Amino acid sequence: MFVGVDLGSRAIKLAAWQGGKLVDFKIKESGFEPHRQVQEMIQEYEPCSVVATGYGRHLVKEYFSYEVITEIKAHSLGVHALLPEATTVVDIGGQDSKVISLGDRGQVVNFQMNDKCAAGTGRFLEIMATSLAYSLREFGPAALASDREVQINSMCTVFAESEVISLKNRGVPRQHIARAVHASVADRILSMLNRVGYGDTIAFSGGVANNPCIVEMVRRRLDNVQVIVPDNPSIIGALGASIEAARQDVKA
Amino acid sequence: MDAESFEIKAYPEMWKDLGMDVERFDKMRLMLGEIYGKTYLTQKNRPDRMVYFDGMIAELHGGRVKELLAAKAEGRPVIGTFCVYIPEEVVIAAGGICVGLCGGSQGSIPDAEKILPRNICPMVKSAFGFKVGRVCPYIQVVDFVYGETTCDAKKKTWEILDTMVPTYVMEIPQMKKESDRKMWLHEVKEFKAKIEELSGKEVTVDELTKAVKVMNDKRRALQRLNTLRHAKPTPISGKDVLLIEQIAFYDEPVRFAAEVNELCDELETRIAAGEAVPSKDAVRIMVAGVPMALPNWKLHHLVESAGAVIVNEESCIGTRYYKDLMAEDGQDMETILTDLTTRYMNIDCSCFTPNDERIDQVLKEFRESQADGIIHYSLQFCHTYNIEEIRIREACAREGIPYMFIESDYSPEDIGQIQTRVEAFLEQIRD
Repeated sequence: MFVGVDLGSRAIKLAAWQGGKLVDFKIKESGFEPHRQVQEMIQEYEPCSVVATGYGRHLVKEYFSYEVITEIKAHSLGVHALLPEATTVVDIGGQDSKVISLGDRGQVVNFQMNDKCAAGTGRFLEIMATSLAYSLREFGPAALASDREVQINSMCTVFAESEVISLKNRGVPRQHIARAVHASVADRILSMLNRVGYGDTIAFSGGVANNPCIVEMVRRRLDNVQVIVPDNPSIIGALGASIEAARQDVKA
Repeated sequence: MDAESFEIKAYPEMWKDLGMDVERFDKMRLMLGEIYGKTYLTQKNRPDRMVYFDGMIAELHGGRVKELLAAKAEGRPVIGTFCVYIPEEVVIAAGGICVGLCGGSQGSIPDAEKILPRNICPMVKSAFGFKVGRVCPYIQVVDFVYGETTCDAKKKTWEILDTMVPTYVMEIPQMKKESDRKMWLHEVKEFKAKIEELSGKEVTVDELTKAVKVMNDKRRALQRLNTLRHAKPTPISGKDVLLIEQIAFYDEPVRFAAEVNELCDELETRIAAGEAVPSKDAVRIMVAGVPMALPNWKLHHLVESAGAVIVNEESCIGTRYYKDLMAEDGQDMETILTDLTTRYMNIDCSCFTPNDERIDQVLKEFRESQADGIIHYSLQFCHTYNIEEIRIREACAREGIPYMFIESDYSPEDIGQIQTRVEAFLEQIRD
């Protein structure tokens, strides 16, 4: 059994890979001591070889000497396995966002990652949803249903939040503000896509791919490009790590 | 010296005499010593001759400062600098000393931000903060600070700094037309007069010729070091070479050149024996961009901790400082000063426009260093390097060179993200 674990800022994801396909997966909110959580999550798959990715990868490497790869490589491998036609990956996680250009073997050719702030990440959407009293589940659909776009100019989470508050206090309906928040993230992704270059098929991965409004807004901003979302986009990183575990087994 | 016990030596009496904030500076000293131990002394398989440079760090806050004070007592001028445009030859010819000032640390930035705007270059803020907080012994010693007009943040900060320590500003042209060269020659002559006035000593053709030789020898030693590290596998870590390039700005030039040459002899032996740092198949990275002032080891540490090795710094604290030599056979003052002007005008800082030479230079150094990829490193708010980055990126795409751009400052908050990006870049090169 080959297991991939993705220790993200918001959740720990696990994917189990056997016989060339995904056989199981798990998602757990990350608490304290993520390495202990990983240990528990892995138990039922023993014996297995494990590759870790995500922000906590070095922690589990230190404790259990698992092999590690970056999220960038993991998402590329995961997307390529499920959607071999994808030329580009847009991965928006809790703490950062990435655009990755893929080669024909699914290898990383070029990538961009957001700078050192929450702008354009899942965290940004979460803070804005809270400020507008939406649950994360409602947030995307509500924004998608709005027919008016107001402008939010600041990409800084702190400043954008004060813009949201001032729009609220001008009596702008919250679904319009929600739409503006989503548009600002979509614009951010577009500028990263333009820097990296994107080919004809963009695949979304990471938790934010579950938000239908973000995906739709990116789709509408591009001509002649297919924008696809795999099933369970949150586990793509873990999936890629499990595939890497299998690849390393072949090499060894 | 081992990582645990390494300490930068304390000179509280001298610091007090220099009007420093002794208590705070002592804490900074302990912290820097600890970081140095962890970053440098845990490296495996270092060349033996690095011991001299470890010693230069151990004496960073004392030994070298004492030498500067002794020189001053003899009436020799001591000039603080922040830029490779300082015509060091002129200072040395007048018996003076140039010393690169502190400007690479997060610790002094809050001091600067009490006065300066927050959204300017961290190097300018850090340097200014060291004076405001009285936590750099070097800036306390200098007769004056040599400022230049290479960027807006610097030139306007000099006006404020001048109220705390005398700051002499030289105008650096922004283009390389004939009129700019004339202007720069005129600036050099004025600077020479300033140094002569300060030292009470005329800069003669004889003394200047000797000084040119001193600086050429120092630059030749650094060139030799850089050529040797380009060997495949490389015999020395990028962190160690960066350290030497940083020390180049405050050490005594003749002694420094001799020590670098001793190290080079050792590296030649290592190369002959096929010794590799860190391993034969390590990915080789070239860094291009802005200077990394002591103790800014952030990027080098991340890259080398990920198993790669840095084999070149196309930077002011790097090749931009030593790639150009000047003629040593000038017969009269006018010829020597013109040669000197020419040498300094070859520096391809991004403050110039156009600056096509730099694009070619980056590609040349990439080939010479046998690197596998380039990381362009810029400091936040450094507009000229941040914009010129576009041209470097395009050139790398044209040449098929793996390339990544990192914009950062001195704070530790983006280390996680940079680490991920660096590791992903190395994966990209390896796959």
